[in-house]
Amino acid sequence: MKILNCPLNGPRNISEFVWGGEMKAMPDPATATDAQWTEYLFLEDNTAGEITEWWLHAPTNYWFIARRNTITDEILETMTYDAFLARQQANASGEAEPAAKPATGGTETGATSA
Amino acid sequence: MPFALLKYALSREHPDDPHFRWKPDLKKTYDVIIIGAGGHGLAAAYHLAKDHGITNIAVLEKGWLAGGNTARNTTIVRANYLTPEGVAFYKESVELFRTLSNELDINVMYSERGHFTLAHTDAAMRTARWRAEVNKHMGVNSEVIDAAEVKRICPTMNVTDEARYPVLGALYHPPGAIARHDAVAWGYAKEAMKRGVEVHTQTEVKKILIENGRAIGVETNRGVIHAAKVMQAVAGSSSHVARMAGLKLPIKTIPLQACVSEPVKPILDQIVVSGSLHVYISQSARGEMVMGGATDAYGLYSSRSTLDFKESLMGHMLELFPFMGELRILRQWAGMADMTPDFSPVMGLTPVENYYIDAGWGTWGFKATPVCGKRMAECVATGRQPDLLKPFALSRFNTFDLVGEKGAASVGH
Repeated sequence: MKILNCPLNGPRNISEFVWGGEMKAMPDPATATDAQWTEYLFLEDNTAGEITEWWLHAPTNYWFIARRNTITDEILETMTYDAFLARQQANASGEAEPAAKPATGGTETGATSA
Repeated sequence: MPFALLKYALSREHPDDPHFRWKPDLKKTYDVIIIGAGGHGLAAAYHLAKDHGITNIAVLEKGWLAGGNTARNTTIVRANYLTPEGVAFYKESVELFRTLSNELDINVMYSERGHFTLAHTDAAMRTARWRAEVNKHMGVNSEVIDAAEVKRICPTMNVTDEARYPVLGALYHPPGAIARHDAVAWGYAKEAMKRGVEVHTQTEVKKILIENGRAIGVETNRGVIHAAKVMQAVAGSSSHVARMAGLKLPIKTIPLQACVSEPVKPILDQIVVSGSLHVYISQSARGEMVMGGATDAYGLYSSRSTLDFKESLMGHMLELFPFMGELRILRQWAGMADMTPDFSPVMGLTPVENYYIDAGWGTWGFKATPVCGKRMAECVATGRQPDLLKPFALSRFNTFDLVGEKGAASVGH
């Protein structure tokens, strides 16, 4: 049994979760070209290595973010979407350390490389 | 015959030519480079040589001959798909499979068993009816049958309503078959090499050389080689190789696990599939029960094994075939499957000139080996998308013209 650490519900069997796929930025539907929309809908980086991805805890219908290595199947950390956004902003403003820690769980390894 | 055997027993000479005529060195240039020496790549090389007279071909393989998903599938061949485009394509594959042993002069042990897609819900019965009508319209032998008829054809199956999900009926496809997967790939390799095609294993492509938007060759761990045309057929690593050519694919790599039991005497003639229960099973020629289920729940580049897979598979399998309670699992493995959004493959031309793609084979690649090889060879030789492959072009995603085969391509839905 593999355990995924849900930011809302704590550590649960991974069979309770639905994979949402690798995270990608959505273009503005009002201004996006067909090519951009095609890319967003269908095309995948399909990265071999560390990825940031969506997961859903199905019983509570709760979406959150995980970082996982797709070669070793190691879950590096999980966090709320808010924590993920806060970290992105912190990284964008040039801070070495992320401003927000993951809400719950996850290991600290590689926490600065998101 | 006995005298001939005796003669060879006393001779130092081996009676047959060696199967594979390996050439040790890479040339500087070829007409065609095919990346990936699995069933698909080898079949394309064979048809390029036989049908189009192009023999100056190198098939490059990072690992060993047919050691990827060609060696990891569960060998089912069938044509009972859902869309007219899919049915037409797989129908040609079934026809080619039927004569493949003669064509390749090797016994591929093609064995027509009859194929059940079981239905446990009204919705599944509707899909079965839909598939049967499309199949019949396209000249493929499929029929919807009820549970009593399932029981008559396959007496070992439990179709009582004591099961958690009782069998209501099935889509029955009599031409459904199994074949010996390794022999298919070896046959194509043997016949291609006989015609001058070179197969180089342990040869990893590191870079695809592109000049002015056209592919001109590849860089390998054994040096640079040039070619007029380059084709990739590397299930599981499709995104990785395509990225070297500057292409981004509509593919997620997700593992598919399978297993076989210890061999027993023949007891199950048919191939039995249940989409609702996420299981499929057939008995191989040497008596092993070959079993598989849905793809894993999330993407991964690994062939590791999980207990979840065996638990869910066996739970449902025992309901269908209670006699299997005494069987032991002999072997378990996994392959990395290219899953596309519409459960259809991606074949043919790409935005890069002279670069051809054969990818997106998810959990349905082995059954298409002959037709894909034949039509991809036509595509590479002529530089045009053959009619049969037009619906499966990479460009269908740009025109939102998908070929939805989710209801027929796999059990993972």
